[in-house]
Amino acid sequence: MQIPYTVHARPDTGLFNAKLGVWLFLASEVMLFGALFSSYVLLRTGAPSWPHGFEMLNIPLATLNTVVLITSSITMVMAWASLKMHDFAKYKRYIGATVGLGFFFLIIKAFEYGAKFSAGTYPSESTFLAIYFTLTGLHGLHVVGGMIVNGYFWGPGSKMWHTEPERFTNRIEVAGLYWHFVDLVWIFLFPVLYLL
Amino acid sequence: MSETDSPEEIKKHVRVYVNVFVALMGLTVVTVAISYLHLSVVPAVILALIVATIKGSLVASYFMHLINEKKLIFATLILTGIFFAALMSLPLIFQNDKFY
Repeated sequence: MQIPYTVHARPDTGLFNAKLGVWLFLASEVMLFGALFSSYVLLRTGAPSWPHGFEMLNIPLATLNTVVLITSSITMVMAWASLKMHDFAKYKRYIGATVGLGFFFLIIKAFEYGAKFSAGTYPSESTFLAIYFTLTGLHGLHVVGGMIVNGYFWGPGSKMWHTEPERFTNRIEVAGLYWHFVDLVWIFLFPVLYLL
Repeated sequence: MSETDSPEEIKKHVRVYVNVFVALMGLTVVTVAISYLHLSVVPAVILALIVATIKGSLVASYFMHLINEKKLIFATLILTGIFFAALMSLPLIFQNDKFY
């Protein structure tokens, strides 16, 4: 049995099924990160004193990571646009770059975590560090998840382009929605944790 | 994004994506520059969140194609926004009632 509405929109929703599915998933993700942001606000406003992120964390590395993630967002949307323009070779380059930039983001994050751990700074040391490691760790896991999906679409999953190009293009659009959401979360994490 | 967009239409969109990318980079510089002003907490939080909201809106509107999305997506997001606002107002409620 074929999965319905993978290419064309359902008449009642006006969307292909995967797109509605991923938006509902992203809505649940908003609540997940929202709960943690809310906890952060509660902990911060309730604490007698709270350290400034810029005094404890590495701003240049985090700024570089912001640049890396924003760049990966445009390579992701360009991968989708390349498919829409029927240029598969360009798509492969852009999706490969997106995976590479995700990997680069994680390497930078590993350097940041490594510097903290080698200095004996662990989540158990303070509430600020506990929420910092929780939020950035959860975000990092989301980056890993996105890299796995995008890596699959760069490699074995890209075979679908030759048999069902429209369905494959929709898959990349949906994968892109998730990846941009991960970028969006970082856009808020960066100032909240590092700069305030 | 419409499923009937032609390659020519997409080429126009690509120019917009590049402009959005440049704007996001510029706003990242602004975000970092604000932190070097060493403002007191309230104006620093307000300014940082305004810039982050502008950046987030650009990503959602153009990269996630929300600018011309279907009504059902907006309905889902409005509902999410209501629950998110309730979640974010919890610390305020607890603080005012001094539950902790």
